[in-house]
Amino acid sequence: MPLSEQEISVFRQQAKQLRLDILDVTFWAGGAHIGGALSIVEILVLLYYKYLSIDPKNPEKEDRDRFILSKGHSGVGLAALLARKGFFDFELLKDFNKFNSPFGMHLDKNKVPGLDASTGSLGHGLPIAVGLALGARLQGKQWKTYCLLGDGECNEGSIWEAAMAASHYKLTNLITIVDRNKYSVDGNTEDVMALEPFADKWRSFGFIVKEVNGHNWMEVSQAIEEALSETKAPVLILAHTIKGKGVDFMEDDVRWHYGGLDSDMLAKAKQYVANSVDE
Amino acid sequence: MAEGLTWNVYDANTMTQADIYGEVLCRLGEKYDRIVGLSADLAKSTKIGKFAEKYPNRFFNAGVAEQNMFGMAAGLALSGLMPVVSTMAVFTTMRAGEQVRTDICYQNLDVKIIATHGGISFGQAGTTHQCTEDIAIMRSMANMTVIVPADGIECANAVIACIEHPGPVYIRIGRGFEPTCYEDDRYGFQIGKAVEINPGTDLTLICCGITVLQAREAARILEKTDGLSVRVINMHTLKPLDTETVVKAIDETRRIITFEDHNIYGGLGSAVSEAIAESGKACAFTRVGLPDCYSLVGYPEDLYNYYKLDADGIVEKVREVMGKDFEEDESWEDGF
Repeated sequence: MPLSEQEISVFRQQAKQLRLDILDVTFWAGGAHIGGALSIVEILVLLYYKYLSIDPKNPEKEDRDRFILSKGHSGVGLAALLARKGFFDFELLKDFNKFNSPFGMHLDKNKVPGLDASTGSLGHGLPIAVGLALGARLQGKQWKTYCLLGDGECNEGSIWEAAMAASHYKLTNLITIVDRNKYSVDGNTEDVMALEPFADKWRSFGFIVKEVNGHNWMEVSQAIEEALSETKAPVLILAHTIKGKGVDFMEDDVRWHYGGLDSDMLAKAKQYVANSVDE
Repeated sequence: MAEGLTWNVYDANTMTQADIYGEVLCRLGEKYDRIVGLSADLAKSTKIGKFAEKYPNRFFNAGVAEQNMFGMAAGLALSGLMPVVSTMAVFTTMRAGEQVRTDICYQNLDVKIIATHGGISFGQAGTTHQCTEDIAIMRSMANMTVIVPADGIECANAVIACIEHPGPVYIRIGRGFEPTCYEDDRYGFQIGKAVEINPGTDLTLICCGITVLQAREAARILEKTDGLSVRVINMHTLKPLDTETVVKAIDETRRIITFEDHNIYGGLGSAVSEAIAESGKACAFTRVGLPDCYSLVGYPEDLYNYYKLDADGIVEKVREVMGKDFEEDESWEDGF
C-alpha cells in the first residue's frame, strides 16, 4: 500500500530529527562515520517506523523482526534511532566512544538494547542474516530478517558467498538493501574496486533486484512491500543514495566518510538540515 | 563404503574419532531439536554427513564457503538454534578465523565447532591441509572453550559435554588413526578437568590428542626398562586449563614435558608453561611438538615418529630430561 501524505510528513520529521541526532552524537563522540550514516537515514526511518515489528520494552522479543546493519560503521545512526525508539535513554549517547561506554562506533549486541547482531567488520552481516532467515524458516517463524549493506563492503567475498546461499536456499524471508552511495574509504567505488554492473551481479546470483532512489519514501517503501510479498527468490533493493545526504558541505564528499565536527561546523550543519526540504 | 571413496580413506575412517562424533551427534539430535548441522562441502569427510542423512532438514551445506558458513552459524544461533559446525581445522581457524572470532566468540553464541583433520593427522595432504596453529588461535579468542580429545570415546564425551556447555566450544579431532585410549566412557570426563591416566612421581608427561596414548605406552616402557615412575596427564581441555593439576605435577614430580600435535608455540606447551610460570614454582620443563616448522608430507604414523611424538620419541625425550643433573646443583627449596 502506498504511503499516505500524512505518513510521509511524519517520516520527514523523523528523518530530520535523525540527521540532527547523528550530527550531535558525532560532535559528542569526537568523530564518527557520518557520511554513510546520513545516506541511510530514510531507509532506517522507514524500517524502524513502518516495517520492523519490534518492542522497545522487550528488545529480545522472540517473534520480532531482525535488522542487521552489515555496514556496521554507520552505528552512529542506528544508535541514535534506537534511542529515539525508546530502547534506551538518548542522553547515554553523550558518552559515545568514551571510556567504558556501551556505544562504540561499531555497535555491540551484548551492550546495546535493540541490536540484533554485533557488526563492524565488513562482509559479515549478510552471512549472519542468511543464518537468521534460515533459522526462522526452520522453526516455522514468520518474522523477517532485514539486512542493510554498504556498497563498498560488497568487495568482500563473503558477501557473494552469502548471496549464493540466500539464492540457493530461496530465502524470501530475507530483505537485503544496499546503500549505494558510491564511496568507500579511499574514494569512488568505481575507482577503488569497480562494482558495476552491480545490479546485474546480484541478478546473476539469483536475486530479484529493485533499483530505487534511497532517499525517496515512496520508492523505498514500494520496494520493501514488493520484497515482503515475493515468494520465489530473494530480493535485493539497490538504493541509490548520496553520501553525507542532508548536509551541503558533506554531500558526495568522500572526506566525510569519517569525520569530526567542531562547534561551528555543527551549528552550520544543523542549520542546513533544519532548513532543508526533502523529497 | 561410500561411493567415490578410496580403499585407503575407507580403511582410515572405519573407527575414527570423526565416525564416532557423527554417530554421537545423530543420537544427540533426537534429544536436542535445537541442534542444526553445518558443513562447507565436507559433510562426508568430517562425518557430520551422518547427521545430515538422518536430519536432512536440520543440515545446511554452505558449499565451499567457510566465511559464510560461520556467519550463517552465528545467525542460526541468534535465531535460537544450536549450530554444530564441522570443517577441517585449518579452514575453521584461519580461512574463517575472523568470523569465528567476531561473529561467534565476540557475541558469545552457542555454536559448537567440531574441527577435523587437526594437527598433522592429514599428513599426506601437505601443509595446506595440515593444521598446527589452531589451538594457539582458538585459545586467544575470549569466550571460547578448547578441547582436544585423546580418542573416539573421549570425542564422544566431549561432544556430549559441549552441548550442555553454554557458549562457543572448539573441539579439535584428527582424521583417523587414533587408536582407542579409553576402554569405555565412564572415566569422569569433565570440561576443564584433566585426567591422570598413569600415576607417577619422577616426571609428568602432559599430553592432548593423539599423544596421550603414546605417552601411556612410553610410561609403561620407561617403568619396565628404566625403573621410572612417569605420570601421564591427559589435558583434554586446553582452555580453561586445569592449572591445579599442573601445579600438583610441579610439586610432586618436579619435571614436566608436554607433547602435542601442534606447533610448540601457542598450544599445550605454551598453556602449561604459562601455568608453571604463574605458579612461581621451579620445575624442569620441555615442550615437544612441531618445532616451529611445517610438517613433512607423509602418513601420520611416520610423521609422529619423525617428530618424536610417538612412544619411542617420548621415551627418548624423557631420558634426556632425566639425564639432566640440575637436581644436584639446584636447590628445590625456592621459598614459596
